[in-house]
Amino acid sequence: MYGNDFPAGDAPGGGLLDEVEAAEAALREAAERGRRGATAGEDLAAYFAEVIDADQKIEPRDWMPEAYRKTLIRQIAQHAHSEIIGMQPEGNWISRAPSLKRKAILLAKVQDEAGHGLYLYAAAETLGVSRDELVDLLLSGRQKYSSIFNYPTLTWADVGAIGWLVDGAAIVNQVPLCRCSYGPYARAMIRVCKEESFHQRQGYEILHTLAHGTPAQKAMAQDAVDRWWYPSLAMFGPPDSDSTHSAQSMAWKIKRFSNDELRQRFVDMCVQQAEVLGLTIPDPALRWNDERQAYDYTQPDYDELMRVIKGEGPCNRQRMEHRRRAHAEGAWVREAAAAYAAKQRNKEKVAA
Amino acid sequence: MTGPFDFTLRLGDDALIAAQRLGEWSTRAPEMEEDIALANIALDQLGAARLLLTYAGELEGAGRDEDALAYLRDDREFRNCLLVELPNGDFAVTMAKLLFLSAYQVPLYTALAGCADERLAAIGAKARKESAYHLDHASLWVRRLGDGTEESHRRMQAAVDEVWPYTHELFTPDPAAPVDPATLRADFDATVTAVLDEATLTLPQTSWTPAGGRDGVHTEHLSYLLAEMQVLHRAHPGARW
Repeated sequence: MYGNDFPAGDAPGGGLLDEVEAAEAALREAAERGRRGATAGEDLAAYFAEVIDADQKIEPRDWMPEAYRKTLIRQIAQHAHSEIIGMQPEGNWISRAPSLKRKAILLAKVQDEAGHGLYLYAAAETLGVSRDELVDLLLSGRQKYSSIFNYPTLTWADVGAIGWLVDGAAIVNQVPLCRCSYGPYARAMIRVCKEESFHQRQGYEILHTLAHGTPAQKAMAQDAVDRWWYPSLAMFGPPDSDSTHSAQSMAWKIKRFSNDELRQRFVDMCVQQAEVLGLTIPDPALRWNDERQAYDYTQPDYDELMRVIKGEGPCNRQRMEHRRRAHAEGAWVREAAAAYAAKQRNKEKVAA
Repeated sequence: MTGPFDFTLRLGDDALIAAQRLGEWSTRAPEMEEDIALANIALDQLGAARLLLTYAGELEGAGRDEDALAYLRDDREFRNCLLVELPNGDFAVTMAKLLFLSAYQVPLYTALAGCADERLAAIGAKARKESAYHLDHASLWVRRLGDGTEESHRRMQAAVDEVWPYTHELFTPDPAAPVDPATLRADFDATVTAVLDEATLTLPQTSWTPAGGRDGVHTEHLSYLLAEMQVLHRAHPGARW
């Protein structure tokens, strides 16, 4: 891992990383205690319910309700698509990174995201769908990716803000997924969360350096936080009152906390970190509520979120066009690789 | 007469400009696995560039660090070969460039690993392993494309034709340098010929041998590359990042 060479003292991510490790330990423990001797008998649905109830993992070979399978495919695929599309806004700054060290860290980070995408597509494939099918669903616009990546990265500080806020929100979202009832997804999330927490620290460290740099650098950092704060809050999805998928996913233990619970957790985490950074969260209503033991805050503009999801964010068209072009321009290369592999197989047959 | 500073700067600039071009592929590669592979190779080149430029700065003794050398020189002060600054073109051009670069860097870094200068020897020892992987990767793709489809063969042959003339500059004799580039030619030729043969490709017959990079006389492409690479750093003189 690149760039993990700064003091851990005031950097974020520690508590969440502990939760990831606890989830990993729980996963091992669940595997060791086995499935209470239960075996899949006649009643497959009862067996499935029992496994979920016992906080055991559903594995690819197990029977599962069709709706459970579909929900997971959709969620894991959209997560994979988000990793792949999410490479673009940050990749935008690789060529202009302001020092060679930052360039190396950013290249490695964008590379990690490609790795997460591949890993998640592989997890989705365990549910009986192919990566090619999923990529087609992305390219044809029938499956979505996280709306946050439809915002532009206008300055270098945006790379820091994405790391701190966007990766931070992603981790808050994903840490509970480490305990998801579907085994391959839970295991993928443990690995992804560990790397994301490095990314978040790197982003935070970029902002910290800028905020303690020249006045122009500090202004750049504040401007980035101003632009990324509300879109990051919107990453947790619509408020609970409007969320369509939540109840069933909670029952299946795919989802463990509501959108609003996770959003609150994120806000509470960011306030102190912003203070250490010396940057201001752009919410005049932000204040500690002693009764709730949490911060009161202004909700993001959910109408804007709906518009961006619908395709009318600043960069939706650009992101999709970029991905389609890369895919189309690579077609002749993929065809050549397939043709070459076929020739090699024929040669081996002849030789044998 | 090439002293250790000039020599080290050349190698560092080759690696830096190669990394910058390879980094341009990020999010654009023909398949996702290749996006990761190209980023890997870019990171290796960038890592070598940082070690070499840091050392060049120390040899010079004028207080320039890796960033001062990378961000605060103009194109006429860069000493990289023309090969690495050429635009990426299609994937075949990029693979032709990488094949030729790595077939040169493997014997170069191997020789460097045995040279008298301890710092350069250590850098060579580290970088030659990475270059061996780059060479494997490029060779595999050149074979796939050369011996793949009609379309890929046509593109790969065109790429070899386009890039090959720029390889001669790499071997301009320099007997005073820690490693004389002329001594690397035989190894390079043997590697490249074997790969191209297997890929059903041929070398172009041409007497054109563009050069000038080692003297800071570049193609028109380098200034644009540097403009993009240096813009932010130069906009904030003296800032830390």
